[in-house]
Amino acid sequence: MKYGYYPGCSMERNAIAYHHSTMAVAGALDIELQEVEDWNCCGATEYFSLELLPAYALVGRNLALAANQSVNGNQLIAPCSACFLNLAKTDHYMSTSPDLADQVNEALAAGGLHYDPGSVKVRHLLDIVVNDVGFPAIAEKVTKPLYNLRVAPYYGCLIVRPGTQKSFDDPEYPTTMDTLMQTLGAEVVDFPLKAHCCGGHMTQISENVALEMIRRLLKNAADYEADVIVTLCPMCQLNLDAYQDSVNKLFGTNFNIPILYFTQLMGLAFGMRAVELGFGKEFVSATLALTKIGAEPPPKPKKKRPAKGELPMPAMPEEDNQ
Amino acid sequence: MATDPAAMRARAPTFFDEVVANTPGNPRLEMCIQCGTCGGSCPSGPDMDHTPRALFAMIEAGMKDAVLRSNSPWYCVSCYYCMVRCPQEVHITDLMYTLKRMAIQEGLYQESSAATAPEFSETFIDFVENYGRSFELGLATRYHLRHNPMGAMKMATSLGLGMLRKGRMELNPKRIKGIAQLKTILTKAKEIGGAA
Repeated sequence: MKYGYYPGCSMERNAIAYHHSTMAVAGALDIELQEVEDWNCCGATEYFSLELLPAYALVGRNLALAANQSVNGNQLIAPCSACFLNLAKTDHYMSTSPDLADQVNEALAAGGLHYDPGSVKVRHLLDIVVNDVGFPAIAEKVTKPLYNLRVAPYYGCLIVRPGTQKSFDDPEYPTTMDTLMQTLGAEVVDFPLKAHCCGGHMTQISENVALEMIRRLLKNAADYEADVIVTLCPMCQLNLDAYQDSVNKLFGTNFNIPILYFTQLMGLAFGMRAVELGFGKEFVSATLALTKIGAEPPPKPKKKRPAKGELPMPAMPEEDNQ
Repeated sequence: MATDPAAMRARAPTFFDEVVANTPGNPRLEMCIQCGTCGGSCPSGPDMDHTPRALFAMIEAGMKDAVLRSNSPWYCVSCYYCMVRCPQEVHITDLMYTLKRMAIQEGLYQESSAATAPEFSETFIDFVENYGRSFELGLATRYHLRHNPMGAMKMATSLGLGMLRKGRMELNPKRIKGIAQLKTILTKAKEIGGAA
């Protein structure tokens, strides 16, 4: 199966673990991803707050480039929920509002591009995995079932809402990733807040408001004794993982829940090594969870001790970017 | 004659009209029945000056200044819960984006309790317009140093450094090959401006 692929900015660094595990799992499932040549940022939730037409034109360039590459009926995969929504939403509003479509195309024409609304079908990676590959084919690949691992599947917002295009899962209580995790042998816990918001960019606007939103999610997963929370979006992963420590400090809590990508758990169940799947990039270490399912944790980064008389310097970025 | 329907329709656009005209598609704002499902579904509702329901009533009442000074649009996290639950299918989240843009145009956001939010968006987009990609390190340092030096210190010493050490943050921005093309497109889009 061949698809167009729009990785989005996060996949290159922040969500590098998602990138590695997506590539590994796609390979195992014969999903061929053809990256959109020279794509640009989707504008996240920022451009729409500032200017209307430039925001749609920014996304329009990506859609035009994807349409020109015409891969498999122009099916375009986005692994990030925000990118997915912006691409899908732009296509939708261009389709339903001819005035907007004309104006976006007038702007695109200045750069020698054109986009016919409706010609690219934007889909999230999870949609492809559960609907195009399907659970039986995934079950066949499982060699190391994730028995006893208690997983809280976290969907966040933008993959199931606002449903401008027909959503593949329920907007309030989605279940496809639950079934996927069960297919991998994991024990799926109830997670009533599974489609609630991680706060998005709110950590930068009003940190305490954001930390409260993150706290609710962590508490909900902890109440159901989840070993890990599994996500499908770089923003959700970042907020729950990198700010978990801040939540603990602000609220006096003691959460210690690793936040992983669904592709990382798929890879483990397929018998791949943790180190190939980007494990070790998470702030809240997944080592305990890995031990629980008998997977070998990634090697600990070596700390170089300063030589005698040398001042202790901050460590530099890890060199293994794989 | 005031009773002539055509004459009654011929009037200057109201604030309500402006909001609708600046929102893509048909936002169905006039369909709001003031039920409050939106505010009750909103994760940041308790921190907002006005719930979306209240804001919509204020728009209807023409309270432009009060609406554009409200922190509510800036506290909208764009989760779309209100939008999928709205029994009247009002495009609430898109309307919040419209109010943000109008608050910036009118300069009124500075009087809200979320006065730095637009600058976060502007800094983010500045990198996108010049490189074609977002750049987290530049965004975090530039935005925090300007508004929240203590926060910048915290970012630099804990989270930012952690991101760098984990290899999760780029040290330099990446520039796309077609940056000239992208700039031309965006310049043209700004020129056309206008509403959809």
